[in-house]
Amino acid sequence: MKMLSSHFWRRVFIHRWQRRLKDFSKISRTLEDKERLLHRSIFSDQKFFSHTSKLWQQHKGLPFDVADFPVERIRNFSIIAHVDHGKSTLADRLLEISGTIPEGNNMQVLDRLQVERERGITVKAQTASLVVNHKGQDFLLNLIDTPGHVDFHYEVSRSLAACHGVILLVDANQGVQAQTVANFYLAFESELAIIPVLNKIDLKNAQPDIVANQIHNLFDIDKDEILKISAKSGLGVADVIEAVIERVPCPQYDRNKPLRAFVFDSWYDKFKGVVAHVAICDGVARKGEKITCASSQKVYEITEIGLMYPTQVPSGALFAGQVGYAMMNMRNTSEAQIGDTFYHENQPVEPMPGFKEATPMVFAGMFPTDQSEFPQMRSAIEKLTLNDRSVQIKVDNSPALGQGYRLGFLGLLHMDVFNQRLEQEFDASVIVTAPNVAYQMTVTGEKNIKYYGSEDITVLNPCLMPEPSNIAEYREPMVKGTIISPDDYINQITGLCLDRRGRITDQSYIDDKRVMFQVNFPLAEILVDFFDELKSISSGYASFDYEDAGYEISDLVKLEFYLNGKDVEELTLICHVSRARDLARQVCLKLKDTIPRQQFAISVQGKVNAKVLAREDIKAYRKDVTAKCYGGDISRKRKLLKQQAEGKKRLRKIGNIDVPKDTFIQILKK
Amino acid sequence: MSASRSFSVASLYVHWPYCKRRCTYCNFNKYVSKFVDHERMRRCLVRELKTVLGLSGVSSVSSVFFGGGTPSLAEPRTIESVLTAVRQTTAMAEDAEVSMEVNPTALEIDKLKEFHLAGVNRVSIGVQTLDGRGLAILGRDHSAQDSLRCLEAAKKLFPNQVSVDLIFGWPGQDVEMWQRELNHILGVCDKHISLYQLTLERGTQLFKLVQSGQASVPNDQHMEEMYLQAVQILADNGFERYEVSNFAREGCYGQHNLSYWTGRPYIGIGPGAHGRFRPGDRQLHEARVQTLEPPDWMWEVEKFGHATRKATPLSVIQQLEELLIVGLRTKWGISNQMWQSVSPETNMMEILAESMEIQQHFQNGLLELDKIGLRATSAGMNVLDSILPDLLNALDSHHTAHTSPFAQDPT
Repeated sequence: MKMLSSHFWRRVFIHRWQRRLKDFSKISRTLEDKERLLHRSIFSDQKFFSHTSKLWQQHKGLPFDVADFPVERIRNFSIIAHVDHGKSTLADRLLEISGTIPEGNNMQVLDRLQVERERGITVKAQTASLVVNHKGQDFLLNLIDTPGHVDFHYEVSRSLAACHGVILLVDANQGVQAQTVANFYLAFESELAIIPVLNKIDLKNAQPDIVANQIHNLFDIDKDEILKISAKSGLGVADVIEAVIERVPCPQYDRNKPLRAFVFDSWYDKFKGVVAHVAICDGVARKGEKITCASSQKVYEITEIGLMYPTQVPSGALFAGQVGYAMMNMRNTSEAQIGDTFYHENQPVEPMPGFKEATPMVFAGMFPTDQSEFPQMRSAIEKLTLNDRSVQIKVDNSPALGQGYRLGFLGLLHMDVFNQRLEQEFDASVIVTAPNVAYQMTVTGEKNIKYYGSEDITVLNPCLMPEPSNIAEYREPMVKGTIISPDDYINQITGLCLDRRGRITDQSYIDDKRVMFQVNFPLAEILVDFFDELKSISSGYASFDYEDAGYEISDLVKLEFYLNGKDVEELTLICHVSRARDLARQVCLKLKDTIPRQQFAISVQGKVNAKVLAREDIKAYRKDVTAKCYGGDISRKRKLLKQQAEGKKRLRKIGNIDVPKDTFIQILKK
Repeated sequence: MSASRSFSVASLYVHWPYCKRRCTYCNFNKYVSKFVDHERMRRCLVRELKTVLGLSGVSSVSSVFFGGGTPSLAEPRTIESVLTAVRQTTAMAEDAEVSMEVNPTALEIDKLKEFHLAGVNRVSIGVQTLDGRGLAILGRDHSAQDSLRCLEAAKKLFPNQVSVDLIFGWPGQDVEMWQRELNHILGVCDKHISLYQLTLERGTQLFKLVQSGQASVPNDQHMEEMYLQAVQILADNGFERYEVSNFAREGCYGQHNLSYWTGRPYIGIGPGAHGRFRPGDRQLHEARVQTLEPPDWMWEVEKFGHATRKATPLSVIQQLEELLIVGLRTKWGISNQMWQSVSPETNMMEILAESMEIQQHFQNGLLELDKIGLRATSAGMNVLDSILPDLLNALDSHHTAHTSPFAQDPT
């Protein structure tokens, strides 16, 4: 049961990004129904509780004393890998070898924790501690698991801040993927020790030499440093532990200094309140001690402190260099500000540098299909965001779709995961509008600057875009994309990139077959279908990843749509000037196809600055009556007309034109 | 239409469920059966008729209609027995309209005379089309020649009482073909024509054919054109559109259908027949359906005297809805009197005045209201299906605002 579930969530995670959609549905279709049941039963409170308590029984207390581990015998590390390269399996093996979990159960501990997290958190970091004996000495290793995707960059960088080294895990069959590159640079920039590891070398198609070459070429890593293992069979895993102990530096902290602890993550547990993931830099934190939060100056008492072994096991204290969890009677996750520093009451220390707030990059509207379901959707969204504060929420009101939300996400995967969960927890369907991005503009004129509050403004709602004559400069968000693909597809990929207004900044071979592209894309261009298209033109071989690359000056226009001269506000959009005509044409056609003919003719126009870019006409009907005999049975006709009457009440009127909700859904949804 | 809603008068619909062959477009309740037990059907129809008439408290039957299926496949004796039973149970005028649907095959043409003797005095001939390809795609079992022969024979037997049923909009038909066909029909027909636009019904052969792309029906614009052209051509030839699908010359209206459209009660007997009447012991009108499958229907009739499968009480508001839906399809529309007879407590004018949308329809010349009542203009009748939802909404919001007059609403 546990197994199935964990597979499922991993696949949800993989969804769209690492598999094409249809493959995903193929896999999950068979499991789906079963999964739903499992999902419910696992998540029903009682089950959840018993599940956790089972693991509690496993480790009532720690089989060692944390005080026995000075910083010299502590290693904090993380595993970074492309999805499906075997991270969870390796983590399992490490925990088994150290005796943290029983051998051979294939527990997928990290995945299990992920399922647990799914109760309220989208994708969050996790930790697990293990103790191993190396050359006669016990070492405490803290594995800090990071979400694999760059959307969760903020999570990754937070967790990496608590690490001193990473295992860069690469599948010896698939080779380096785009995500591997992105993750490598993250670790590299954080100046962490990097242990390159090739996994799955026992598989028939493994090409360890070629992949080792890739790693060498890309990351300038000496081939001799690369470990070759099979996490599945356990081959070489002991070497990994040895490498972690020998190559990852120990934390440079001192337990005799005053306490300096920092929070690198927190989550809300229904039963225990806020649980914070803490890294103790200097000093010792003990249960019962009073500690002060550096930012709010609030004082908390530590009610429980311990290690993740692999679930929460109290240790009574944590010493310098150790990583674990702490509960401090906090009611709200906002109290445990991520990146915050804690110190003993009245013994202030220099706080650690905090983290940048995560800024949403991708926005989408969410509306209940039926307005009566709004309260359900609201509570579902509230529940989901409780543990994922990176989602920005704004109430939105659309005359066509009713009341809903406009949500800001860190990236596409983040949005997908969120939607998926929302749909699963909220059975009825949610209308998700096509994602868009936030544009920046510089306004001119004293009066306008005053009106908008500043010279530089961010425009999210296209309707609120200032008059073009008042705008001096437009900027749009950019991303730095990495594409890795076999060289057979160079032409197709180059074509796709150019088509998406991409600027290829670098193109290089990482071995004699595979090419890596560095491409600057406008974020708006990769929001819809880009990944699917990339996969389809490369027969599934290309991988893609991206990171934020700030804003760039661009040439944007506001595209508006009119029905018989009346503005249809909710369809207004901002786009690049080169896209305006195509988009105008597409939307006009869709309007023509979805607005039913009415008693009068309707002109559909797409305009930029009052200039018509596209036009369609919907002819009036001259007849709308069924010339039919009802054979004495008019019940059916009555029901049909009642339905239409009901639908007509909810129609949005643009002037005197009835526009069905379906029209908006067809055009707005992704 | 001096339709005072006298509830002791009703029309009668008799369903004959059997056909020789399945038409590709038909989704009515019909069965193609090698062996039909005519004697048992006859007994059951008579028995059900007597039971239901008794239950309804109806004292007079104003008209009878034999529909189907293919009622012209029934034995004339069956028709005669039913009519005799009606006369035994209730008062029915000597000249009351007794109508029958006739399939124009050679066999049935020969039976026309017998049906006439049995008491039928009006026939609707299912010509459907005079085009051979059309007949083939519709799956009809007669030729255009058969239709013309049948028409000639019927006109002699039932002068001024012959109607022609036509279907337009079948795959392959275009506007010109339709015009030619109408002109041909006008030269040979009697004084009544019914036009039915082909509708693709789920589950029919034609539906599958079109769904799979092997055939396609004319698009909306062409359908529109066909209907409007037909209205024009028929009007030019003295045929008045007295209902969306029905056209008559010299006032030769079909009485039976008129009583449906004016909201009079009707009784349905036979497998799957529908009825609308107020049983003597009930407060509200009921929508009644008889059991669909002939064997089950017969079994139930033999056991219980009738095979009413479902009787759903219709609230006053639902009755008003039905009145609007059927009444506005006629040139006379709905009289205040008809409205009052269903709902004495409410005022149609008041309800209409409350709706912006309806006012707009008045302004656009689609609806007309005067002292007599409400009706759709000729232009309004063409687009009636887009007006009706507004009327239903007007009724609904009035109902919501003044619930008390409808206190007896069971829904």
